[in-house]
Amino acid sequence: MAEAGITYRKKRLDRGIKARAETIFAISSYREILYLLLPRVLPVIGLLVLPLVLKGYWGKVLIYACMYGLLALSWDFLSSCGLFSLGQALFFGAGAYLAGTLNYYLHLPPLITLPIASVGGGLLCALLLSPVVRLRGVYFAMVTLMLPILFMKMIETTGLMGGSHGLSALAPFPNEWVGSYLAVVGFLVCLFVFRRIIHQDYGLILRAIRDDDRAVMSAGINIYWRKIQALFLAGAVGAFAGAFMTHHYQFVGMSVFALDYSILPVAAAALGGAGTFAGAALGSVILVPLSEALRALGGLRIAIYCGILVVSIIGLPEGIFHYLERKYHQFERVVEVE
Amino acid sequence: MQDPTRRGEMSLLIYGTISSIILALYTIGFSLVYGISGVANFAHGALFILSGFTAWSFMNYAGLPFFLAGLLSVVITGLFGFVLYWGLLLRVRGIALAELIVTFAAGVAMLELLTWRGFYGIRYSLPLFMRGGVEIGEVAVDYQRLFVMGAGFVLVILLWLFVHHTRIGLAFRGMAQNERTALSVGIESDWIGALSLAFGSALAAVAAMVVLPLGVMESSIGYEVLIYALAVAIVGGLESTPGMIVGSFIIGFGQVAAAKYIGAKWMIIVPLAAIVLVLVVRPSGMFGKFKELEERV
Repeated sequence: MAEAGITYRKKRLDRGIKARAETIFAISSYREILYLLLPRVLPVIGLLVLPLVLKGYWGKVLIYACMYGLLALSWDFLSSCGLFSLGQALFFGAGAYLAGTLNYYLHLPPLITLPIASVGGGLLCALLLSPVVRLRGVYFAMVTLMLPILFMKMIETTGLMGGSHGLSALAPFPNEWVGSYLAVVGFLVCLFVFRRIIHQDYGLILRAIRDDDRAVMSAGINIYWRKIQALFLAGAVGAFAGAFMTHHYQFVGMSVFALDYSILPVAAAALGGAGTFAGAALGSVILVPLSEALRALGGLRIAIYCGILVVSIIGLPEGIFHYLERKYHQFERVVEVE
Repeated sequence: MQDPTRRGEMSLLIYGTISSIILALYTIGFSLVYGISGVANFAHGALFILSGFTAWSFMNYAGLPFFLAGLLSVVITGLFGFVLYWGLLLRVRGIALAELIVTFAAGVAMLELLTWRGFYGIRYSLPLFMRGGVEIGEVAVDYQRLFVMGAGFVLVILLWLFVHHTRIGLAFRGMAQNERTALSVGIESDWIGALSLAFGSALAAVAAMVVLPLGVMESSIGYEVLIYALAVAIVGGLESTPGMIVGSFIIGFGQVAAAKYIGAKWMIIVPLAAIVLVLVVRPSGMFGKFKELEERV
């Protein structure tokens, strides 16, 4: 490689609009306002319009994408306070079974079971996982991986709540529009609320727990209580997704604890990029339609998610969203190497 | 005249011991890998069942005898573990959670591929080493289960001898104690890490060869093995061998007792209850040291 001549390299410059910090901008023209607003507003408008455009099968896919997106958001929220969950299916299943039993035995309508199941599911998950919030990293992941599988076996062997047959003939949503807009709006609200929470002081403590929990403890903050609160929030979001799907399918069975609901959110967050929520949302919006397109392959789907997961962790560890964000916020030009 | 209580206690003792040893067999490879290279190998269960199907394929497609097929599948699974480390894990080395995602995804991919290829059903079973049984204190036990017990003891002893009396074993222990110091005295950590995963996988395969003939093979067993291995490891303390043995005895006896006194359907609660109890009483695990406490709590 000892060639004589001029060599070039890429030089990257941040756009001048950023001032001092990630979230503070100096705006001087309407173009700059658009530059900041468009990436936020366009996806929102897109998602709100999509239910009008997509009908039938792909309308359902949109709902799945939002629900898996909620699970991925809830995963990302937990991971930003250092709790690494491999068992999103636990949250999903808790909400699904709560809504299912409330509707099946007490005949409550969906618009009452949904909030009850979300809050109840969040409480239940926080309660179930509260003995293990002292664990972290790999150990926490192990316990969360075990819980949904144990629940599935418990329901199968004890025959509680319909056992292996599940509960069927549950109440549907009043009409199609309520269902699809509930899904989309829920997804967007959760996305922006989580982004807001994590950038406030409350979220700062959570992120600090992830980075160095001992330092947070020595600041006199009870990290276990904070972790339980985070579990409640993430659990409530996951449970909402579960309860929603229960009414969408009008059925709840053991399959709500299936591995799909644990793997796909992690894959989505890893593909999109963890830590920003937008990445997790983007990942699930990409992965879910892809997986629906692959539905013909049957059981191979999970193997393919896993393949995507491995490739994206090894190949693009930062995730698609971080990559796009960097490209969007920076100039690139080729300069001579002196 | 038989004394029913005494007979019940005897069967509890014998079957409790057997299921504890089966749990220890499940866990031994997992805890070896974690102890040495710090990789929580979530593909452990998948490797376990994969080796079973490899052996089955050798027997039914190549017509090999079980012993040879088992040996081959242990070697192949070991190589597979090595490739898994060298090809995938090396690229995310040191990022504990990325390692975990990669092994877990690889494991689930293997299991789902096996299911997709149609590896389930009554015809997939490995032959018993020995047929027949014997009565110990009025309790009937078949030879295969006794063989499992013997194999468990022998395997633990062999592993101990290997780790304490060979050069590779010394390198293993060196790396387990302190990777950087080991590196500075010429122990190449990538190589030893890959070897440890190869060994762990081979141990999973050995366990599979011994335990699988007791039942029908299914890819869902892979998840079960992983879960029990994790439960035992959490109860006992991840890298400590005595912890692993005590942990498997707690869960094994707990399960047999639960099946006997409460009902078989409550067996599944035992590992979870054991984890929660141990965490409440001793957060660092039964044999947790201070170092371990720092890592997990």
